[in-house]
Amino acid sequence: MTFDALTGVLLIPATAAALLAALPGYRATARLNVVATTLTFLCALSLLFRRPASGSYLLIDDLNATFIVLTTFVGFTTSAFSSSYIGHELETSRLTPPFVRFYHAMYQVLMFAMNLALVANNVGLMWVAIELATLTTVLMVGLYRTHEALEAAWKYFILGSVGIALALFGTILVYMAARPVVGEGLDAMIWTVLVKRAGAFDPLLLNVAFVFLLLGYGTKVGLAPLHAWLPDAHAEGPTPISAVLSGLLLNVALYALLRFKMVLAVNSAALAPGPLMVTLGLISLVFAAFMLYRRRDIKRLFAYSSIEHMGIITFAFGMGGPLANFAGLLHMTMHSLTKSAIFFAVGHVAQVKGTQRIADIGGLTVTHPVLGWGLVLGVVAIAGLPPLGIFMSEFLVVSSTFARAPLLAIVLVFGLLVGLAGLFLRLNSMAFGEPHGPAEKATASYAPIFAHLAIVFAAGVYIPPALFAWFQNVAGQLG
Amino acid sequence: MSHIDFDIAHLLAGLLVLISFLELYQDRLYALLNVYAAHALVLAASVAWQAFIQDAPHLYVTAIIALLFKAIVIPVALHRIIVRLGIHREIEKVVGVGTAMLAGMGLVALSMVIMLRVTHGADPLAREDLAFALSVVLLGLFMMVTRRNAVGQVVGFMSLENGLVLAATGAKGMPLVVEISVAFSVLIAFIVIGIFLFRIRERFDTVDVQVLDRYRGERR
Repeated sequence: MTFDALTGVLLIPATAAALLAALPGYRATARLNVVATTLTFLCALSLLFRRPASGSYLLIDDLNATFIVLTTFVGFTTSAFSSSYIGHELETSRLTPPFVRFYHAMYQVLMFAMNLALVANNVGLMWVAIELATLTTVLMVGLYRTHEALEAAWKYFILGSVGIALALFGTILVYMAARPVVGEGLDAMIWTVLVKRAGAFDPLLLNVAFVFLLLGYGTKVGLAPLHAWLPDAHAEGPTPISAVLSGLLLNVALYALLRFKMVLAVNSAALAPGPLMVTLGLISLVFAAFMLYRRRDIKRLFAYSSIEHMGIITFAFGMGGPLANFAGLLHMTMHSLTKSAIFFAVGHVAQVKGTQRIADIGGLTVTHPVLGWGLVLGVVAIAGLPPLGIFMSEFLVVSSTFARAPLLAIVLVFGLLVGLAGLFLRLNSMAFGEPHGPAEKATASYAPIFAHLAIVFAAGVYIPPALFAWFQNVAGQLG
Repeated sequence: MSHIDFDIAHLLAGLLVLISFLELYQDRLYALLNVYAAHALVLAASVAWQAFIQDAPHLYVTAIIALLFKAIVIPVALHRIIVRLGIHREIEKVVGVGTAMLAGMGLVALSMVIMLRVTHGADPLAREDLAFALSVVLLGLFMMVTRRNAVGQVVGFMSLENGLVLAATGAKGMPLVVEISVAFSVLIAFIVIGIFLFRIRERFDTVDVQVLDRYRGERR
């Protein structure tokens, strides 16, 4: 097999995982981790320009190229953040060198699994990749071996596996639906074949399959009421993993749903997946917005905010149509960048303050101005205030909804406002107010935080025409 | 397909559902493991029969994996863990036997209604297989919900997995996924046994999930 960018995004993380598992020493491996994610990102970027041919197992098109670039970019910045974060964890001996080695290897396995899920053309292979990603994150969530971490990992494992099992059942049903039309064997699981021939599939079977897939992958997306694992997993794992979970893994699961939605869209007799996704999205948004008020743990707070935003994104894709899809894509990109930036800041905050309790964190802007204002800026962005990118995308979601379903738009706006107020209520006590807790200087890497926020800010002010056209093109394909 | 082929496949799949019911009300861990081993044994027979009637030799691999790992290695390993942890006492259950049986019957009825209605286009064997498989999946899910003990939950998850394998083998000619999903179920079982149970033991001296709940971050 010749080496191209498509095999690159899979081969580099896989090789790096093997190397990192074998090599001792924190400094060298942390650097190797960054180098590997940089190379993967460069490979992914080249996919935008030169695209290798798709086969029966791997596929690259406009939709997944967008996802891959986003995934590898956040993977790259997170690895940069992770090297300073893990360094601090080693110093305070919350982690021991063997665990760090394990962590780095698992980080690359996770990158591999997510890239594989995104480029898989075979629905079975996609399922396997998402399962692999789930297992690696389970292991990473339990990394600290504390009571809370183990409980969170166990809960995530059980709920994640049930979700994954339901998704496999859905995948089998899709195969059953495809078999009479496409014929037995590999072809009936190839996504490009499915989407071409889906018009002739048995609509009833497709409907049931989609319900299973929605529940299964929806658990991984973190849609309420299937979200129970998400806050625990975010709060107890190492913060780089919270950033990757929120920023990337939720997107990957959503990507799987979008692929199946496209299959259903071809079959006119099958049920429209839109209303189901709209309902789950709205429930997640409103539920998570209210849950923000009673959070006492800073990482849990932002985990609920992730549920809220995944709700908005699912809602937007559920509405469908070029404008709503465009808004959904933009919102997904902006949310990934902003939320991971917030988790970078939160990781350093928790390290300098030595706690994740919101009540014990106060006056950050006084004690740690750069970190504090970084967090404030991140929250301003995630809450959807102008002129940042999330405001743009939320505005597009709301305005496109108002044109088509004003009643839903009212619920949407209500949820957004409740969420915004909740976030600021919590932020106020953390960033301003009486400073307490240790005020030692933070040895943080600010570059990833502010790089993400700069992009989000830039996107809010001006989206380059090339990017605009690209997103429009992808939104059109989503149907 | 001759009549007897269909009847045997039907019998084995039905037996799997029946054993799922047996699992529901076992209140001792040893008995639960034995019933699970029987479950895996029937699965192995069912997969082997499918391999024979579909003339799909690769399915024999799946059958052998089910036989060796699911019916022998994992129950034995879990058995030893239970001995080592000293938890071979009764399982506390959240719902009683009667309620569990009624709920289980409801779930089976539900899966029959759903699957038989939507698969009228498929061949009769695949139809019934899918309906039985969904019953096993739902019963496994129900068992995971009703058990508090971590070992009980793992057994629930593994019987759910058995249902998935039944569905995948029933879908004629399904490529790749059988082998891969079986490999994954083995992986999952090992992860569960290896990491969680021992770690949980290290930290808590119990595998009762209720105790874990106390450590929820929100109640700090």
